[in-house]
Amino acid sequence: MNRYPLWKYILIVIALLFGVLYSVPNFFGESPAVQVSSAKATVKVDQATMTRVADALSKAGMAPESVLFDLSGNQGSVRARFVDTDTQFRAKSLLEKELNTDPNDPTYIVAFNLLPNTPQWLQSLRAMPMYLGLDLRGGVHFLMQVDTKAVINKRLQGLQTSVRSMLRDKNVRHAGISRNGDQIVVLFRDAETRDRAREVLVSQLSELALQDAADGADLKLIGTFRPEALKRTTEEAVQQNISTLSKRVNELGVAEPVIQRQGADRIVVQLPGVQDVSRAKDIIGRTATLEVRMVDESVMRGTEETAAIPFGSELFKIGKGAPVVLYKDPVITGDYISSAGASFDQNQQPAVSIDLNGDGGRRMREATRSKIGKSMAIVLFEKNKGEVLTVATIRDELGSRFQITGMGSADAANDLALLLRAGSLAAPMEIIEESTIGPQLGAENIQKGFNSTLYGFAAIAIFMMIYYHLFGFFSVFALAVNLMLLIAVLSTLQATLTLPGMAAIAFTLGMAIDANVLINERIREELRNGNSPQAAIAAGFDRAWATILDSNVTTMIAGLALLIFGSGAIRGFAVVHCIGILTSIFSAVFVSRGVANLWYGRKKKLSGVSIGQVWKPNT
Amino acid sequence: MELFRIHKDIPFMRHALIFNVISALTFVAAVFFLVYKGLHLSIEFTGGTVVEVVYNKPADLEKIRTSIEGLGYTDTQVQSFGTAQNVMIRLPARKDVTSAQQSERVMATLKAQDPAVNLHRVEFVGPQVGEELTHDGLLALGMVIIGIVIYLAFRFEWKFAVAAIIANLHDVVIILGFFAFFQWEFSLTVLAAVLAVLGYSVNESVVVFDRVRETFRDRRYGKMTTADVMNHAITSTISRTIITHGSTQMMVLAMLLFGGATLHYFAIALTIGILFGIYSSVFVAAAVAMWLGVKREDLIKPVKEKDETDGAVV
Repeated sequence: MNRYPLWKYILIVIALLFGVLYSVPNFFGESPAVQVSSAKATVKVDQATMTRVADALSKAGMAPESVLFDLSGNQGSVRARFVDTDTQFRAKSLLEKELNTDPNDPTYIVAFNLLPNTPQWLQSLRAMPMYLGLDLRGGVHFLMQVDTKAVINKRLQGLQTSVRSMLRDKNVRHAGISRNGDQIVVLFRDAETRDRAREVLVSQLSELALQDAADGADLKLIGTFRPEALKRTTEEAVQQNISTLSKRVNELGVAEPVIQRQGADRIVVQLPGVQDVSRAKDIIGRTATLEVRMVDESVMRGTEETAAIPFGSELFKIGKGAPVVLYKDPVITGDYISSAGASFDQNQQPAVSIDLNGDGGRRMREATRSKIGKSMAIVLFEKNKGEVLTVATIRDELGSRFQITGMGSADAANDLALLLRAGSLAAPMEIIEESTIGPQLGAENIQKGFNSTLYGFAAIAIFMMIYYHLFGFFSVFALAVNLMLLIAVLSTLQATLTLPGMAAIAFTLGMAIDANVLINERIREELRNGNSPQAAIAAGFDRAWATILDSNVTTMIAGLALLIFGSGAIRGFAVVHCIGILTSIFSAVFVSRGVANLWYGRKKKLSGVSIGQVWKPNT
Repeated sequence: MELFRIHKDIPFMRHALIFNVISALTFVAAVFFLVYKGLHLSIEFTGGTVVEVVYNKPADLEKIRTSIEGLGYTDTQVQSFGTAQNVMIRLPARKDVTSAQQSERVMATLKAQDPAVNLHRVEFVGPQVGEELTHDGLLALGMVIIGIVIYLAFRFEWKFAVAAIIANLHDVVIILGFFAFFQWEFSLTVLAAVLAVLGYSVNESVVVFDRVRETFRDRRYGKMTTADVMNHAITSTISRTIITHGSTQMMVLAMLLFGGATLHYFAIALTIGILFGIYSSVFVAAAVAMWLGVKREDLIKPVKEKDETDGAVV
């Protein structure tokens, strides 16, 4: 009666293998590395950069253990791993010299980093160590609130001017445009004009929902933001802020920054290893601006570098290469760009579509009306240095919506669109939560969390084996499997381990032993009632099952509620708690019975069970 | 080794009334301290700035306090944290100064006083975040209670569900009472512990109720009164209850001893939860279920006679 079918053993063995493989990367530690990432929006780190880094290193005789290329989102980075910190230091200074020809204007950021030592074959199985939370390794954490109201306000302002200029363009006479909260109200003298106005606006402004209204003798057209447009606007603003932040954080040369959206309008920024909070804040809060300028064609093409630059013009470079002379006075600035996206032109060539808000459209139209055939450039200013992103020829009068063509590839179009959007923050942000944890405190926290789990586990193990003998050993084995599976699952999910998470691991282990105690006590009770050893084992496991299920489901309810409604420390705790409950059910019921069956199941005539003393009353 | 050698069922229920009066009194005391003294909420809930610094020798808290008050703060707290070298400084949120400026100014003042001071940790939380956390925490608490009641009512019977949740809340309120009485810092981690205790303590009640149900269904105990059934159920699970709690407590004790200052109150909350969890599952949950009048018929549904028309009507 106590024999498991083969498939159950196979399942247990598979679970054990999974547990070992995926929990083991956490114990390899980290080795010194150097990370190369882009310092400029226009410089991309890619496979070619990787070869360049590898060549430079091997030429200097500093053979790295490995060179990796990694792409996270839009930002690529190259990491080279070294045997010791000495080589790491030398490699950093070498790469800095090699990659950045002009030390005052670096194109790449070379930073120290740590790479997990997990062997390659394990990494190829996607067996990685858990991330360590900031409380375990030190660093800075910011929670920023995006002012979405400001975005919508700005957008509405833009729409108001658009409405005015559209009606003027089509010669529709209105009696005034005003804003009333989130509404744009246009007044008319007669219904006919209103109908015409509606036609004009509907065809051009898809964001607005238009509604007729009358106020005494006044006829009104009320425009409100469509809910989906409203949602898209805030969405885009948060997204743009995130990409701007990523770009800026990249500059800090942080190894594994976390820039994540939290909820509708918040952004979490975590910079492990950074201690200098004010510098981090400085860089994060910096503004980059975008300008569209006309090319000064009074300077002959090809003579830009040598010719005298006229007063009122400036010399720029397109990316790293060709020089170009631009007028100082911008046509429009990035503030007027309401959105930019990669698209295709009428010849199915990659292009970038740009939407300007109303006022920007008017300025653009005025500037380009007489300049067909001339060139205009888009310049990105960062740290007071301008860089030309693209130079385009004006083919037609440009309005509030236009395309830049001649991108070459869809990727290039995508990058430019991102830059146009990400050059500056879409909406003001405010830091509403901030914490800095020293690296020493982090190391202490790891040690403390680890020690408390270890000593707690040891105490339980010793007690169980003394009290329940062989069955106690089975229980401890199951508990160890539980711990391993828990770590393995957390690693597979690439969860971030925090101190509350470590506490949850310890607490969950303490609770997990309950199932084994229930089982062992039941078996003793069955033996006390005079059942045969085999029957007692079977009944013990079977009857304990209902109780284990009930008590774990209730604990799970609590865990899930924490997971759903909690945040921060509570959430970290809850994730571990919930997964721990699942692994503990599996290991207590399945694994410990599997081991017990393996040990006792084959013996037909079993005279006794090693479960400690079974005391019987009245004997 | 057998810790428990119980010949007869222990008559727990005979003393139920006395114990219930005692727990009612502790409960009322806890509520009183919660209302009268309130919880010493951590910065996560209240908002503000916390700066943790380390000295290489025991810190002179009085000197630090006066120098911080010299910066114009009226409502600050300076206390040692973990060891005498570690000092935690709490500053209330101020509209005109950012947290970075606050912490920088504090650090500059402290450095001027003793250059051997090191910054360990700075934390700033806006008031809005704190409000949200309080809201989310209460919501989580409510969801846990509702979820557990529904599950238990479905799995057992409503009287058990009510009894279990009363026992549970009893534990939680008493933990909060302790935190209010001693003015221990109530942080987000402690809240996690309190909510985990909810799940943990309901375990206890479930194990006892499981036995109650089993005993009711067992023919051998057919003529027992409800009180005797309770006694039997509790007696036969008591060794498991003590051993389980003992094991969990060992784990929590390890956290208390080796986990450091951050896990200190977390472990304390769990310790109180575990101790009261044993007590409440025996004397609160079972007793309340008994007062509510659970009986055999509640758990053994009479077999319904088959409806004659079943399936015949078209």
